[in-house]
Amino acid sequence: MSEAATPAGAAGEPGAAGLAAAQGLRRLLWGVAGIAVLAVLWLIAGSMLENNPRTTNFATFGLIPTLEAFPQLWAAGKIQAASIASGYRLGMGLGIAIAIGVPIGVLMGRVKWFQQYSNSPFQFLRMISPLSWMPLAVLVFATWDGSIIFLIAIASVWPVIFATAAGLAKVDPAWFKVARNLGASPLQMLTKIIMPAIAFDIFSGIRLALGVAWIVLVPAEYLGVTSGLGYAIEDARETLSYNHLTALVLTIGCIGYVLDGTLVMLIKRFSWHRGGAN
Amino acid sequence: MSVRGTKIEIQGLSQRYPTRKVPTFNRVDLVSPPGEALAIIGRSGCGKSTLLHILAGLTKGTEGRILLNGTEVAGPSPRWVMMFQAPHLYPWMTVTENVGVGLTFARWGKKEIAERVNDAISLVELQEFAQANVQDLSGGQQQRVALARSLVMEPELLLLDEPFSALDAFTRAALQKDVRSISKRLGFNIVIVTHDIDEAVIMADRAVIMAGSPGDIVHEMDVDLPNPRDRTDPEVQKLRARLMATFQEAANYRKPEVALAGAVH
Ligand SMILES: Nc1ncnc2c1ncn2[C@@H]1O[C@H](COP(=O)(O)OP(=O)(O)OP(=O)(O)O)[C@@H](O)[C@H]1O
Ligand SMILES: [Mg+2]
Repeated sequence: MSEAATPAGAAGEPGAAGLAAAQGLRRLLWGVAGIAVLAVLWLIAGSMLENNPRTTNFATFGLIPTLEAFPQLWAAGKIQAASIASGYRLGMGLGIAIAIGVPIGVLMGRVKWFQQYSNSPFQFLRMISPLSWMPLAVLVFATWDGSIIFLIAIASVWPVIFATAAGLAKVDPAWFKVARNLGASPLQMLTKIIMPAIAFDIFSGIRLALGVAWIVLVPAEYLGVTSGLGYAIEDARETLSYNHLTALVLTIGCIGYVLDGTLVMLIKRFSWHRGGAN
Repeated sequence: MSVRGTKIEIQGLSQRYPTRKVPTFNRVDLVSPPGEALAIIGRSGCGKSTLLHILAGLTKGTEGRILLNGTEVAGPSPRWVMMFQAPHLYPWMTVTENVGVGLTFARWGKKEIAERVNDAISLVELQEFAQANVQDLSGGQQQRVALARSLVMEPELLLLDEPFSALDAFTRAALQKDVRSISKRLGFNIVIVTHDIDEAVIMADRAVIMAGSPGDIVHEMDVDLPNPRDRTDPEVQKLRARLMATFQEAANYRKPEVALAGAVH
């Protein structure tokens, strides 16, 4: 199998750049192969649905009808509108989580008494399933958008806090001493030493947060709101347009994949650890 | 680069960690004239690092004060820079960025920083590594980057806390000579803390011995030798032996039980 996926020409190429390119190509091929397996399984499942008289109503769940649904949904502007609505909620929620989580994480990592007081309540709050805040959020916030953003923020703030604090805890305390010694102001300490030292950890935390937020977003949108990917799925189910439903599910997967990939790139970019990220 | 040294006056300095019963040291008095390279020798745990941290303004003594050119040290300042036992470089910065970090803290212009950093890097002979990742350098090279990072601030006083103890003998010897010759050329003061008698003999103009609990300066000796100094020079050897004897005597005097333990060997 591995031989089949390796381009024969690239293998013998000398030089680090050639080697990296060959590795990149190989990874791409593996990725494509994995997706292809998934697609084939889906095709098979689709044809089984179609050929069984009891399930033939659900045949549009198959791969081909789903692919056909994309242009329709796109032309109707549904994918764009739903993605923008969901993206707005996700962005706001994550933004709030980062804006709150990073400073709290820095405090936890730098101020001992704060760390000691906050650790148990935070661990406790963290373990509350984000969606269980839903009824409360609906009571407190005037709009559905507000409650969903709150849910995303509360779900994703914990990974950001704990990753930031853990990153700071690993930082060599002598770095601060050296900086102080060379005349760093507290602000410079934050921007020139602390932030670059833990940017990698913060982005790793944001990556985890994104995963959680993405999981919370869709079910939260099943309720109340009339926009977003979750709503669009629910809408497709009610109108029995199953190929639209699967197309939207696929869209969710693609967007999540791209967002995650972007964060992986950021993590690599800001990682100064030898051997790269992970 | 040109710098002038500073007159260091330590007056009645005492220090006591809240968690310990005995003070670390009690009423230490010490004066060092501008441009002098002073070595403080003492056993592990006698309070040398603590003294140096107070000199650098990184911690406060419980009593007494430190004057540099007549002004009391109130906190850290790029005018008196400390070099630690390990280089503690910033791994996300290149060699050049590491060396210039103090100047960026002081909000210097890009061009001036580049010039001064260049000079400092040449001084420690790391030109070919200027753009390297500091994690790719050897221990000795990293410590030279740390030295350049201190020198670029043109300090009046360079504080060294066993800065070369983690290096191999050859690198250590080379850096000891380099630091001394740079300090003499630029004229700044050095205070070096060490438990290595050789290091004191090679680097210092004067050595003081710290001993006892609470620690105190129990002895001092001029290291009056020509430059550059060579370990194998008989003059150097003679002075080394004398300093060693004084060191042991001081230790014996202050802590008889340690002397007994030493005699068993
Ligand atoms: N933060 C601290 N809290 C309490 N005691 C401390 C602290 N730092 C150092 N000490 C104690 O103070 C004494 C002096 O410590 P210091 O680090 O100054 O010794 P030193 O002479 O530099 O030793 P070494 O040669 O091993 O580096 C030691 O007994 C040490 O245990
Ligand atoms: Mg020490």
